[in-house]
Amino acid sequence: MPLLAALFPWAVLVLMLVAQWLIFVVVPTEAQMGIVQRIFYFHVPAAWAAFLCFFVVAGASAVYLWRGSRAADRLAHASAEVGVLFCTLVLVTGPIWARPIWGVWWTWDPRLTMTVILWAIYAGYLMLRAFGGADEAVARYAAVLGIVGVLDIPVIRVSVRLLHGIHPAVLTNKEGGSGLTDPMMRTTLYVASLAMLLLGGWLVALRVRTGRLEAEVAGLRRELEHV
Amino acid sequence: MWRGVLAILRKDLRIEWRTKESLAGFVVLGVLLVVIFSVALDPAPADAPRLAPSVLWAAFVFTGLLGIQRGFVLERENDCLGGVLASPIDPATLYLGKLATNIVLLAVMQALVVPLVGVLLHAQLGTVLPALLLVLFLGNLGFASLATLFAAMTVRARAREVMLPVLLLPLLVPVLIGGVKATEAVLRGGFGAAAGALGVLVAFDAIFVVAGVLLFEQVIRD
Repeated sequence: MPLLAALFPWAVLVLMLVAQWLIFVVVPTEAQMGIVQRIFYFHVPAAWAAFLCFFVVAGASAVYLWRGSRAADRLAHASAEVGVLFCTLVLVTGPIWARPIWGVWWTWDPRLTMTVILWAIYAGYLMLRAFGGADEAVARYAAVLGIVGVLDIPVIRVSVRLLHGIHPAVLTNKEGGSGLTDPMMRTTLYVASLAMLLLGGWLVALRVRTGRLEAEVAGLRRELEHV
Repeated sequence: MWRGVLAILRKDLRIEWRTKESLAGFVVLGVLLVVIFSVALDPAPADAPRLAPSVLWAAFVFTGLLGIQRGFVLERENDCLGGVLASPIDPATLYLGKLATNIVLLAVMQALVVPLVGVLLHAQLGTVLPALLLVLFLGNLGFASLATLFAAMTVRARAREVMLPVLLLPLLVPVLIGGVKATEAVLRGGFGAAAGALGVLVAFDAIFVVAGVLLFEQVIRD
């Protein structure tokens, strides 16, 4: 187990490098959009990683409220941090692609609106954590927010469809066939996504460990003050 | 359980009736926001009715945020909440009572603000009143379901004036979109066109009233 944990960051590094090689060397350039389409291989994996992180926040929050386990609370906090990081990446890479393709940096398309709302919900979660300190009540409040946030995702998704939309649906195009014409594009997307998810997993693990060490230090400090 | 809900509702409305603190703030702020939005948007007379739904719901959301916070600040003073929690009612009953109070306060504010929007933005509200009341009720229930839960939470947090809107506004986006789109459809006279938006509101209400009932205990116990 310790050996596996020691090897994991290196595995993530190797996979990230393979993904970069696929994205910048192997995969053919998309015919209509040109070179800028390659940012898609960062944009979509980051979006998936962010979503996964937000679901982990909700799951860990539920476990925390149910069992009161501090480890679940730390996992929820760490996942929220990493999820906001990936969501920020989505919101940065999207406009870089949209500017040459749509001619504008931003539009109030359903998917864009939804992403920015999700970002705001979990940025609020981190604010709640930051303002509250390491209090047990704050952990409970954050857990409630983590659960409410994930319950809101499907409702937000349906509600933003009432807005006008232009975002491409790359993998599930209803007009038959996907936007990814070359099989290599699919392979690259999946490898890049796996690399991004593992990177996310590693970051969460690091943050969980930091949280545990912080709690330990706080405990030791309290003991020393009482001596 | 329903007797407990009614007792909380009666207590809160009685406090409200005697002090008129939140209600005065609620109503004045609601009217002011409608004026501010109308002036800021400066619509031509022909475009004004088209803006009515957006102005209405933006005003409701911001007014509601302020008014609902107030209800829990009152409970914190002199540790009233401790007294309420010591009484033989469970947290779910307390939640439903507070929810009912907040819905009543929102409705009173709207009874004044909605006709005002009708006059100021030339929207024909009279003919579609029953449908509009249904939309308003569904929106209020959804708004209050989350606002009650989070107001109880942030009233104890530092920087609570900032925390409540920061946490609530993104979560309430479905109520805002659903409310605006349903009101638009109703004003155009087509209740059928509002089906999608009404569905969003009903789903939001169902999910978060249940979530509020189940989670309220976690935010009020010490």
